[in-house]
Amino acid sequence: MTSMLEFPMARAAGCPFDPPPAMQTLREQTPLTRVRISDGKTAWLVTRYAEQRALLADPRVSSDVTRPGYPSPMPVGERGAPVSFILMDDPEHARLRRMVTAPFTIKRIEAMRPGVQKIVDDLIDDLLAGPKPVDLVEAFALPVPSLVICQLLGVPYADHDFFQDNSKVIINRETAPEERRAAGDRLYAYLDRLVGEKLDNPGDDLLSGLTQRIRDGELARSDAAQMGVLMLIAGHETTANMIALGTLALLQHPDQLALLRESGDPKLVAGAVEELLRYLNITHSGRRRVALQDIEIAGQVIRAGEGIILANDIANRDPSVFEDPDRLDLRRDARRHVAFGFGVHQCLGQPLARMELQVVYDTLYRRIPTLRLATTLEEIPFKHDGAVYGVYELPVTW
Amino acid sequence: MKVFVDQDKCCGAGTCVMLAPDVFDQRDEDGIVVLLDGQPSEGLHPIVREAANVCPAGAITVSDNA
Repeated sequence: MTSMLEFPMARAAGCPFDPPPAMQTLREQTPLTRVRISDGKTAWLVTRYAEQRALLADPRVSSDVTRPGYPSPMPVGERGAPVSFILMDDPEHARLRRMVTAPFTIKRIEAMRPGVQKIVDDLIDDLLAGPKPVDLVEAFALPVPSLVICQLLGVPYADHDFFQDNSKVIINRETAPEERRAAGDRLYAYLDRLVGEKLDNPGDDLLSGLTQRIRDGELARSDAAQMGVLMLIAGHETTANMIALGTLALLQHPDQLALLRESGDPKLVAGAVEELLRYLNITHSGRRRVALQDIEIAGQVIRAGEGIILANDIANRDPSVFEDPDRLDLRRDARRHVAFGFGVHQCLGQPLARMELQVVYDTLYRRIPTLRLATTLEEIPFKHDGAVYGVYELPVTW
Repeated sequence: MKVFVDQDKCCGAGTCVMLAPDVFDQRDEDGIVVLLDGQPSEGLHPIVREAANVCPAGAITVSDNA
């Protein structure tokens, strides 16, 4: 018997957009395999698309982080950890999630599109008027989603250095537990103070909406603050990484970039967003679950209490679902991807993420058609240590 | 084709409305699915099947025996 593989695995040098080769090999060999995770525990790693979707939709599979056997990527149960409803099961998960879904309906998000377009246009005006080369992460990729989520939640954008810095600490896989706890506590205290202000003086934003629930006795103030932490982090980190890493991937695939630069067709742009979500799958730490009962799947039995890791990045390269999966092809139909997960925990903010990315990918390369890297691919620092993948910096010029 | 939705299962991800806005909508108060057209015209069948397939909560079912 060979020794058990460790998860997460390393990407190949020179292939920053592809999942780790060891995971590709595993997917070819077997849909499920046991892996050792960072704290010495083991879990099932699920590598194929069909089995991932089946398990993520299975009510015998739990997201409850407090259950023994849950394959946690980081210490949990801390007050400031961004846990909230993403790490709970129904019915409590559904009860809390439904309190915050209204601002993310397709209609409400579409109504935000002109405002997002203005944010993107203004930031590009500033880029063009400023010095170059410039770090696209700092000057564009982070500000776009941060401005948008601040507006939606009712968080002052002036505090962006504070919440971006603390988010960075929390989602870095290498962060020491006590450091992560401290960053989580700082964000929690900040959101708790904001919730308190909005209890006295509500506005027209998501956090103010939650204060009505608090007054009605449906929601604890601590739960409201935790939901705020979760949405603030999820709302800017993920989209920022998609903007910067997506831009880098497109610069490495100039024929694909040309499609976006020259098209202006909303259908092509929408399809390009789905393909970049599939191809880059920045949530590269896997969806984490634990079995509530014995589950027979693909000739194996997952025993009750055993942890399960569903690596969406490798499922999105499954050749039985996506033809020539390792090729970035903006014209393909990639809508079945699982980059937002699957099951009832699937990303709540996906309509917002899609709309923001559509506006960005449709605008940035047309307004700056000569955009190019101001460094080499080898020099770019990738977030191999991040719970969410991306680049720390992206120096560009034009 | 007959389309059925289960509002208790729905998690409000909105993928069905994104794909087939003539067939599905969302409640304003919590984003939960609302069926606009339970017997969509033939031209919509492929996109409705896709909406059922990608629904993360399995809240949409489609029957062809009608």
